[in-house]
Formats: sequence, C-alpha cells, structure tokens
Amino acid sequence: MSIMGSPQTDSPVGSSEASILAADGLGHSYRERDVLAGIDFDVRAGEFVCLVGPSGVGKTTLLRCLSGLQRSSSGEVRFRGARMTEPLPGIALVFQDYSRSLLPWSSVAANVELPLRAGGVKRAEARAEALRALALVGLDDAVARMYPWQLSGGMQQRVAIARALASRPSLLLMDEPFASVDAYTRADLEDLMRRLQRELSLTVLLVTHDIDEAVYLSDRVIALNGRPAAVADIVKVRLGAERDQVETKSTPAFADLRARVHDLIRGSRGMAS
Amino acid sequence: MRTIRSHWLGPVALEMWLPLVLVATWWFVSAGSTSVYFPPLSSIFASFARDWLNPAQLDRNLLPSLQLIGAGYALAVVSGIVCGVLLGLVDTLEQATRPLLEVLRAIPGVALLPIFIVLFGIDAQMKVLLIAFGSFWPVLLNTVDGVRGVEPLLRDVSRVFRVGPWRRLAQIILPGASPQIFAGARTALAISLIIMVVAETVGGNGGIGYFLLNAQRSFAISSMWGAILALGILGYLLNILFRIVERSVLRWHRLQQSRLESSR
Repeated sequence: MSIMGSPQTDSPVGSSEASILAADGLGHSYRERDVLAGIDFDVRAGEFVCLVGPSGVGKTTLLRCLSGLQRSSSGEVRFRGARMTEPLPGIALVFQDYSRSLLPWSSVAANVELPLRAGGVKRAEARAEALRALALVGLDDAVARMYPWQLSGGMQQRVAIARALASRPSLLLMDEPFASVDAYTRADLEDLMRRLQRELSLTVLLVTHDIDEAVYLSDRVIALNGRPAAVADIVKVRLGAERDQVETKSTPAFADLRARVHDLIRGSRGMAS
Repeated sequence: MRTIRSHWLGPVALEMWLPLVLVATWWFVSAGSTSVYFPPLSSIFASFARDWLNPAQLDRNLLPSLQLIGAGYALAVVSGIVCGVLLGLVDTLEQATRPLLEVLRAIPGVALLPIFIVLFGIDAQMKVLLIAFGSFWPVLLNTVDGVRGVEPLLRDVSRVFRVGPWRRLAQIILPGASPQIFAGARTALAISLIIMVVAETVGGNGGIGYFLLNAQRSFAISSMWGAILALGILGYLLNILFRIVERSVLRWHRLQQSRLESSR
C-alpha cells in the first residue's frame, strides 16, 4: 500500500509515515448548518488521491479548509505535521475556473511567474522556471508571450497547472480542474496529470464529482456523501501505473471500482439523513 | 467600419472633414467683417500666430498653464488613486465616508475659488490645489469602484500563492481596477482644464486664462478669439496624449474587449 520511494524527504519524522496532508475530525458549519462532519483521511507523499462526491456535498468548502484558505469549525488540517490555519508554503492550488483565476492583464509567462516572484525569486530566474513549468505542460515560448484569454480553455487550464507547479510544491490541490472543458480536452488533461504526477513524483489531491475521472486518476479514492458530508469510505485503486483512457476504462477492474464508488456515494445517502 | 479603407488617410479624412468645413465657412462668412466682436478669421489667425506660435511669448502665455495643469492633475490622480485604493479595500471606511464624499464631489471645483483665495492666496500654489481638489473626485470614486470590482477569486489566488501586499497591489489590484481608474482620470482631465482657465483669471501669473481675460479687458478681440482657439487645441492635444497612455496601459483590456465582442 505504501507508494514510497518519493523524493520528498522533508516531512517530519514521527507523524504518520510520510503523511503530507492529514484531515483530523474536520467539521465545518455554515450559518449554523453542518456542512462537513468528522472528516478523517490523509494523503501520503507521492500519492494521487481523488476526493469524489456529488455536487453540493461541500467539496469546495472542504478543499478551502484543506488549502488553508478557510478555517474549519472543528477538527484540524495538518500539512507535513504543522497545523494549518492559513495557506502554507509548499501547497499549490489549481482553481476550477481558469478564466477567473488567471490574471487577464498579465502574459502567460508573468502568470506562471507570480508564485515564484512572490516567493522572492529573482526576475530572470523566475522567467526561466516559468518557461520550464510551461514546457512541462506542453506549452512553448510563443504561448508564454500571449495573454491567457487568447488561449483555448484547455490551454488556459494548462497555464494554471504550470503556475501551480512552478514553485515545485510538495502538495498539489486541484478543485474540479477539468469541469469546464470539453470531453477530449478533459481526457488529455487527465493523462497530462497522470504523467506529471509520476514524472515529478507529485503528491496530488484532486476534487471531482466525476467518478470515472476519480477512479482513472487515483491511487486512492475518498468517497464523500451525506449531509453533512462525511467520508463514506476510502477505496484503493489497483489499476497499475500505466493507464489508458480506452483500455483501462474497459477493464472489469475499472468497472468494479466505478460501481463500488458509485454505491458508496449514492447508497448511503439515505442512511446519513 | 469596413466601408472605409484601412489606409490611414481614411480615418484622418473622417476626423478632419467637419473642422475643415466649419473653418472654411467661418473664413468666408467673417471675411471683411467690421464687427468689433466678430473679427475676420484671418485676423484671428494672425493674432493666434503672433501670441501662440512665437516661442518668446509661450514662456508667459502657455508655460504657466502647463505647469498648473500638470501639477494639479498629477496631484489629483495620485491622491485619488491612493485614497481610492484605501476606501476600495476597507469596506467600513468606504461606508463611513460615502455620504461626505458624495456631497463634496457635488460641489463644482470652480465654486471653491473664493474660499481657496482666502485660504491659500492667489499664487500658483492655490491654483494647483484648486485644480487638484476639483479633479480629485472622479479619480477617487472610480478607483473605489474599480478596486471593489476586482475579481474576488484573485484574493484566494494571492493568498494561496502568498503574494505579499505590495505585489498584490501592483500586479492584481491596480491592474484590475485600471480600466475604471482611466475612465475617472479622463473625466478629471476635462475638469482640470476648466478649473485651470478660471483659476488663472485671478492673480498675475500669466497663462492662457490670464491672457484671455486681459485680451477681453483691453478689447483685443482677435487676441481673445486666438486664445480660445489655443485653449481648444491644448485640450485636444492633452486628450490625445491621454489616449496614447491609456492605449498602451490598457492594451490587454482593449484586446480582450474586442475579442469578447467578436465572439458574441
């Protein structure tokens, strides 16, 4: 079960083994209504984990708590052992809506440089790093000079991914990153993320409402359901490292996993109320 | 707009035909005029050339005006943006001052001239302050709106990527508010020009307003007309200068807008 051998060696000894991110009894109320209740899970170094749940289950709230953008009402989030109350260095987030999260007045390169410059990296070095990050997601120097809104949706989301990767985060959070692109682009971006995650030994936590996407991408799927939302179960995905949009998705193993996650999300919805 | 060839002559001709027709009409109608108040255009042109195209005269007639409007306008824009960003970012501050600001901005700048004379005298300093005060409001209020209108998600973006306050101001808040700030600054420029002329009619600092009043008082009517012509040209040139700056700073916005329109 351990997908060790990852290069991240900076996690503190003592806390659960190489746990990068841990949610511990996380609960949240909004206007005296419980949205999240007793959420427990952890993400280990080098893992690709998907949080999947129906729309409106509180996934975005959960991700805001996990990224430190929002404080939870109860429980805690620990990032590399440290309790998180604000966004910590080493965490990057890809927002769902690329058209609003990228700066329209800055070139693609300047957008990708932003976290680096904010972290004190000198201009020339930041530019070089930005171009490297853009190359990773398959965008060249000509694209780097354009404005983000001059690109297609899929390319804009690649820019957002490059921006998140530019500062070499130890944890990449993604909030429904492929929800607003067409199916083909979506498949491309999924494969891009699988490839990047393995090549760079990234630790990724991706939130989605799409069960197929969650199963296809993940090493583990965390299924959310109920109101307030809680973890229904955590499903290990043993589909191998090499996956293919058509072949993998047509295997019996994939179908089983999909059915299982589906049941988890839907089945116990009545149970929770 | 495709009816006009995209050659530069087309747009220029479109812009210039009306002024040319009017000037020609004026020229022929006023030729040989003996009216004291409506001298022939030829003599107005002669006065204009004498008063405004002669470098020796410009030191006294034009330079003081440029200094006043330059200093006053710059002061208005800078202080308007600074205060506008503060009010735009701090909601309670904005709510607490909004009624006062609405009253203050409703007062025409030139109406404050008597008070400013009492408070600051009749020197250039008073005039700069009056221009700044009068043209401060549109910059301020537009900046407030612009800052409040910056995409809220970008707040999360700057928090997640730990963008410091100064970088956030320079790379997110000001660029995001810039289309509105420029709209305010454009209004402020027109107001500056009006207040400049009125303010120059007090005291003896020279400038277009002073020259204009002097010409009127000494019945140098064609000089007076010449000064009005000079004022019109000055306003036109300032506007062109403004547009050049705006076009380069808001290049992204212009391109993005035209893209949105063409995709509609």
